[in-house]
Amino acid sequence: MLAIVLLAVPVVTGGVAATVTWRRWVGWLCTASLGAVLSIGIVLATEVVHHPAISAWSGALRVDALSAFMVIVIGAIGFLATCQSVRYLDAEIKSGRCSIRHATLYAVLVQGFISAMLLAVLAGNVGVMWVAVEATTIITTFLVGHRKTRGALEASWKYVIICSVGIALAFLGTVLVYLAALHAGNGAHVTLQWTSLMSASHHLNPGVMRLALALLVLGYGTKVGLAPMHSWLPDAHSQAPAPVSALMSGVLLTVAFYALLRFKAIADGALGVNFPRALFVTVGLLSLLIAASLLLSQHDYKRMLAYHSVEHMGLIALGAAAGTPLAIAAVLLHILGHGLAKGVLFLASGEILLVEGTTEIDQVKALLARRPALGGIFAFGLVALLGLPPFSLFVSELNMLRAEVQVGLGWAAAISLVCMAIIFGAVMSHGRHMLFGARPDGEPVHKTPSIVTVPLIGALVGCGALGVLAWPLDNLLRAAAMVVVK
Amino acid sequence: MNHATYSSLLELAAGLVILCAFVTLWRRSLSAIVRALAVQGVALGVVALVLGVHRHDVVLITVGALVIAAKGAVIPTLLKRVLANDSLNRETSPLVNVPASLVGAGALTFLAYGATRPVVALVPTSAGRLIPLGLATLLIGFFSMVIRRKAASQIVGLLLVDNGIALVAFLATAGVPLLVELGASLDVLLVVVVLRVLAVQLWSKFAVLDLDQLQELHD
Repeated sequence: MLAIVLLAVPVVTGGVAATVTWRRWVGWLCTASLGAVLSIGIVLATEVVHHPAISAWSGALRVDALSAFMVIVIGAIGFLATCQSVRYLDAEIKSGRCSIRHATLYAVLVQGFISAMLLAVLAGNVGVMWVAVEATTIITTFLVGHRKTRGALEASWKYVIICSVGIALAFLGTVLVYLAALHAGNGAHVTLQWTSLMSASHHLNPGVMRLALALLVLGYGTKVGLAPMHSWLPDAHSQAPAPVSALMSGVLLTVAFYALLRFKAIADGALGVNFPRALFVTVGLLSLLIAASLLLSQHDYKRMLAYHSVEHMGLIALGAAAGTPLAIAAVLLHILGHGLAKGVLFLASGEILLVEGTTEIDQVKALLARRPALGGIFAFGLVALLGLPPFSLFVSELNMLRAEVQVGLGWAAAISLVCMAIIFGAVMSHGRHMLFGARPDGEPVHKTPSIVTVPLIGALVGCGALGVLAWPLDNLLRAAAMVVVK
Repeated sequence: MNHATYSSLLELAAGLVILCAFVTLWRRSLSAIVRALAVQGVALGVVALVLGVHRHDVVLITVGALVIAAKGAVIPTLLKRVLANDSLNRETSPLVNVPASLVGAGALTFLAYGATRPVVALVPTSAGRLIPLGLATLLIGFFSMVIRRKAASQIVGLLLVDNGIALVAFLATAGVPLLVELGASLDVLLVVVVLRVLAVQLWSKFAVLDLDQLQELHD
């Protein structure tokens, strides 16, 4: 029941936004809708953490600890992003770049985007989940191209072409999993439900499952932004409006990764851990190497953040490859921590773009002296994202590395550490350029409005608190990890 | 329908699907390519119809009819509108010339036979034997997206990929459950509409139709 309410919230909000057209209060209504999603997510999590999964609509929707955790991630980052959307649209309308009709479209699409992501993590059926993930592609295409500049349209084109091919491959993978289930020969009625696939996993034909998993990793990996299908990501994330970048980078990537986690659990049952592990290690390391080599030469701070997402997706792919309960719990904590930190940074970068009018790293100087609040948020966001304590990314990276060493992937952990060190150096040098320096004479200290500072500082404090206190998430993380670990 | 007619009809339709994929590589004129695509869509629908009649599966017959309508008529019509904007309407500068790309497509077909061996072994029916043709169509679609530079050609490549996957789905599992099948078909339609909107905007605002002109974003 609660699951249905959860899905209905953004759908109804989108409907309201579409009928009354854009006003400021509609923006706040959209924010409230995400607040409701977050609260319902927390309630659902407390219900399923020690109890069996909740089903609705005869199993079409299914909430277990993993789904509930993902709902919390979507709600938290979505809340931040919709809060900043109000400011983004205000500024766009004031400058005449955006009409009321366009602003309405933006608000409706964002709510649709949230609904599709919620459906993807709540679906009890792999086919419905596939449809939901594909729906996110179609909806976000228009959000990426919202500014209608040449660059934005070009990014949308690449995004929809590459992701459609990727998601088509994931569909083929799903078809092959279904084929393997049809021929599993354990007499059970074959459906595309997660539960029935999981219970049949030991009877699935290994040859077909190998091909299926490879296609799924390539296919959903495209949406995750894993190499070699990552090339859309820096374009789309740098061209989209900042709140959309925050949603896409902070949540959408990991919603696609959620699909991979589920399929990996099925493949582990059918194939044993070695083949899935080899596949995840390969794409993970490849992503890290590509991110490290391309981050060095970035001159655009939004592209820098986008490549940073490729790095983090590589890290969680390596963590998933290890596959122990500790590793998966760390992967999930990393999903939340990365979402918060990357959300804060993209939203701060949107504010920087608004006030400075450029995305070039070279042209942004002395932020800390000129705009202390905004510069401080950006600086702490970078510290969080680079995995320094006390932020939760430090804890999750450490635990993923520990788990990798425990299962004999020490060599991969070592390579990932080298890549992280290179990225650390590159981001520090770019960040230093933007943040430090003396304020030019005669330029006053600029204030940053509290609509920007309060939510972003709140998110950073949350990310720090998660790193220091295991409570209140540790039970949920453990329960969620056990969903996909035997 | 006796078994011999069933399997030869199936072979004929599946063969037509892959043949059309080759035709898209062979022809340079985009309107000829769209025609080949329409024929391919109809052939794909016929595969579903034949399977449906053979299995007395009404749902599959309905899906077949919908596929013929969507891929044989609606999508080609949408594509033709994109082409109406394109003054050249010819793929003038593919990265690989026609004979070489046909040889490449042949090699990809062999690759498809190799890669689908475990799948064919699992489904040893007359439908199952044709599964490699679906994967081959998919790979040819991929290939043509890489070597062709016109925006419209990329949409064609995407549709080839999708038709290949649909062929595999029909032959291997007689269609995944209806809801998913419909979701997938509707999705292709939507993607084509989205791409059309983008192509029109790129063309009308910035006069871009060649992908080589999409050079705004790079590292």
